This record gives sequence, structure tokens and C-alpha cells, in this order.
Amino acid sequence: MTRSLRGQVAVLGVGETAYYKRGEAPDAEFKLALKAIITACEDAGISPKSIDGFASFSNDRSDPSRLAAALGIHDLRFANMQWGGGGGGGSAAVGNAAAAIVAGMAECVVVFRALAQGQFGRFGQGPQRNVIAGDMAHSVPYGLMSPAQMFAMKVQRFMHDHGVEQSALRAISLASYHHAQNNPRAVMHGRPLDEAKYDASRWIVEPFHLFDCCQENDGAAAMVLAPAERAKESPHRPAYLLGAVAGSHHRAGAPVHNAPDYATSAFKTVAPRLYEMAGLAPSDVDVLQCYENFTGGVLMSMVEHGFCEPDSCNEFFVKENLLAPNGKLPTNTSGGNLAECYMHGLGLNIEAVRQIRGVSTNQVADANVALVASGPMVTPVSSCVFGSEATL
Amino acid sequence: MRGYLNPGLPKPTPAPDGLDAPFWEAAAQGVLKLQRCGACGHWQWGPEWICHRCLSDNLGFEAVAPRGRIYSFERVWHPVHPALREQGPYLIALVELPHCDGVRMIGNLLGDPRQPVAIGAPVRAEFEHHANADPPFTLVQWTLEKAAA
Repeated sequence: MTRSLRGQVAVLGVGETAYYKRGEAPDAEFKLALKAIITACEDAGISPKSIDGFASFSNDRSDPSRLAAALGIHDLRFANMQWGGGGGGGSAAVGNAAAAIVAGMAECVVVFRALAQGQFGRFGQGPQRNVIAGDMAHSVPYGLMSPAQMFAMKVQRFMHDHGVEQSALRAISLASYHHAQNNPRAVMHGRPLDEAKYDASRWIVEPFHLFDCCQENDGAAAMVLAPAERAKESPHRPAYLLGAVAGSHHRAGAPVHNAPDYATSAFKTVAPRLYEMAGLAPSDVDVLQCYENFTGGVLMSMVEHGFCEPDSCNEFFVKENLLAPNGKLPTNTSGGNLAECYMHGLGLNIEAVRQIRGVSTNQVADANVALVASGPMVTPVSSCVFGSEATL
Repeated sequence: MRGYLNPGLPKPTPAPDGLDAPFWEAAAQGVLKLQRCGACGHWQWGPEWICHRCLSDNLGFEAVAPRGRIYSFERVWHPVHPALREQGPYLIALVELPHCDGVRMIGNLLGDPRQPVAIGAPVRAEFEHHANADPPFTLVQWTLEKAAA
């Protein structure tokens, strides 16, 4: 028996709150979670009371039992949290939900993420206390304490090893902002970016300019997953899960920046498993949603998912190649974490579903295969791929 | 002593479980000690309770030559802590120690924060003591070998 998620689970509905700059959400974080879940259920045409499972990641604060109580769910069967920080669990949560459905542990699982950085503290700020112990004691006192600072070190080394120029990072940012201008949900809608504005923007930490860094936002996002045979219940063109994988390479989590293979997005061992499960190759992917904590992570993720040779980044990463509808590989077609909203990357999974449905604001023609890569440079990372009925 | 960075960042303190205490005690004496496996002889960093190669728990801390080479680096501009608001740019280096199985350490690269930095450049450790801080602590910083000569 081949063990695989391929084609066994469908996305019935997706839902998002309005997306806000951090601190500007009118609702409490937990209410944002409820609103996104209810919106996703409306999109699916089901009652929220028929949900029987929840899956999330990155220590989401909206507890499934409290959600189930608030929504009046009768029979909670699955309550799952993917370990690990950052957005590395985004596609893993989709995979965990699907695994529960395939295993018969649940019938209708919501994958969600609610995040109000304006209410609970910003990811981009360092710890403020008198002393610090453990692994952090070996980095924070030297001024290395934010995600941008943790990951710039990896990207700098990758750029050095492969002769990658700043223009490659810039292209990723330009593509996201370009797509956001067509997406009214995007926080950066109406705020276009060009080469001159990028080049003139301040450094956060070299090699990241301001526009290489994700936003800090408030909002929530949710997806309703169910057995594939229920896809026909949904009023939408069905989107099926073709594969979902998670993990990281040998000692990726070695303390104090000691991973043996250091300058990596952590997808080298993960991506081949995704293609194997999905029965696909990189050339089959029509549209890509690739988590941007920082543009350098996108670049390494795309290399390690087989879209570009590491020594060809300067040629591949030009804006036109990344744009919908006609670029070589349209990428981050909602504007992504840089320009739509940093909903810890779950918005990327939702955009992938929109592409399969054919309803993106930057639609790629005949998009049958949409890949999502979640959370580069953390451990574990994850990725998944959605497909239309034609791919089954 | 005035440090490379403005005062006010969290101060390093030995882990409550004692795992890295020998490192900090040695640093206070101006000695660089790293963790070595007594069974297979390999080095590892950061410290762990067992050797990741042979899984022995026969681990100790041994003094090593305080030198290495720059494996990667970054120049930080945006302050993410109130203590750094007036700092301006600063350099952080990831230093590998080839004589210790290539283990890597984080520290500041001393000198002009706007200096060009070359990956692979040889560096040596300098101990930045803060004996009058509460609690006292020592940082292990790095400086280019040629600048130190």
C-alpha cells in the first residue's frame, strides 16, 4: 500500500478577515479567528457546527476547545498544533489536517492562524530583560535578536557562495508589490514599489532592505478541509491536496547557528518528498506561493524546490519571470507576506486555492498545480501542493 | 569597560541547568573553552547534554586557541532594542573554528562598523569584560588578525 495524501482531501472553503497593519484591527485576536473560520464555512457552504477538528501552527493562541465552545461545535475530534516557530508550520498544518481526515480521525478540519501583533507584541523586536540564558545568551548580547538578524546571516553566506546579487532579492519584492496593486485585500494595495524606491529604502540588516522584510499585521485566515468526495458539495471549482510534507535536514536545529548545511532554506530534504508524494516535478508547477519572511528565504526556497539552479539566480530572479499571468513562474500572486498580509503565511495557502479555483486577482491561465512553500530557514519547514480535478 | 555595543542589552548568564556554565566561567578568565566529547574526541557548539555523533554523555569543556575565520557576517542598521537606538550600524560575525571541527560562534566584529568584511578572513577572540555590571559578564568578541597585529 502506498501511503500518500494525494487526491484524498479537498479544500471546501477559505476565509480571511480584513487584513490590518499591526495594532489597527478593531477586533480581539480570538474574535478575528472566529470571523475567519465563519467566513471559510460560509465559503464552503457548511455550518461551522459541523467542523470536528482544528489544526494550526506556531503556538497559535486561539485554543481549539475555546473555538469549539464559541462556535457551538458538538463533537470535537481533532485538535492539532504543529511544533516549531515562524511560518514553517503553515503547510504542515494543512498536511496534519489532511492526515487526520485520511486516517478517519476527523471529517471536517479547519486549518487556521490568527495573529494580532498589535495586541501581543511584535516579532520584529528583541527581548527586553536584564539577563538572558541558554542558546539566546550566545547571540542576543551581541545584538543578534530579531528574525531578520537570524536569517540575514544565512542569506549573506548563500549569496557569497553563489554570487547572488542584490537585484535578485529586489525582483522578489517588486513582484509581490506588483501583485498587491491588483489585490484590494492587500495592506500594500495602492502603495506600488519600483526599483528606485527599493534601492533608496533603508537597510534593516544587510542584505535586507526595508522592502525585503515581511510586514507585521493583525488578522486571521482559515481553510476548511474535508474528504475529496465532498469537493462536489462546494460551490467552487474543486481544489485537491496533492501532497504535504514537513521537516528539515541533518541538525538543522543545531544551536548557535551550527547547522552543518547552514546557508539553506531547509527544504533540501523536504521538497523531494513533496514531489514524490504529489507525483509531480518542478516543471509541472503553474503558480507558486513562497513564504517571505525575507526575500532571501524565497530565493533559497525556490532553488531548493528545483525552480532555479543556485548559480543561475541572477538570471532567473528578474521581476518579469515572477509575474502573473505570463511570467516563467508567477510567484506570490496575492502580494504575499510582503505586500498582502503577514498572516504567518496561511494567506499563501489560500491564494494557492484561489488560483486553482481560477479566481485570483492575479490569475494564471489554466492553473492546475499550485505549490506553497512555508517558512524558509526555520525548522521544521513545510510545503504542500494543490491541484485541480484535472491533476487527479 | 565600555563595550562594542551600547549598554542595556540583556546580559548573558549561565543556563539555570548549568549546561554552558564552564564556558562563561572560562570567558571571565580570558580563556575560550568549548565542549568536547570525551568518548569520540569531537567538538560541538552550542553545548548539549550528549555528543551528537556518538551519543556519549562524557562531555567536558577544553580550552581552545581563540582564533577562527569569518563564515558569514551581517551589518545591522535597524535597532530592534531600545538600548541600540543611538548605536548606528554594527557588525555581527559568525566565526568558524577550523581546529575544533568547524564549530561556529556568534560575536561582534570589532573595529569600524562600516568596514568592508570578507568571508573567510582570519579573526581572533577578544574578551570584553563587564566586571562591574549586575550581574558581571564577559562577551567573546572577534577582531581581524591583521588589525590585531
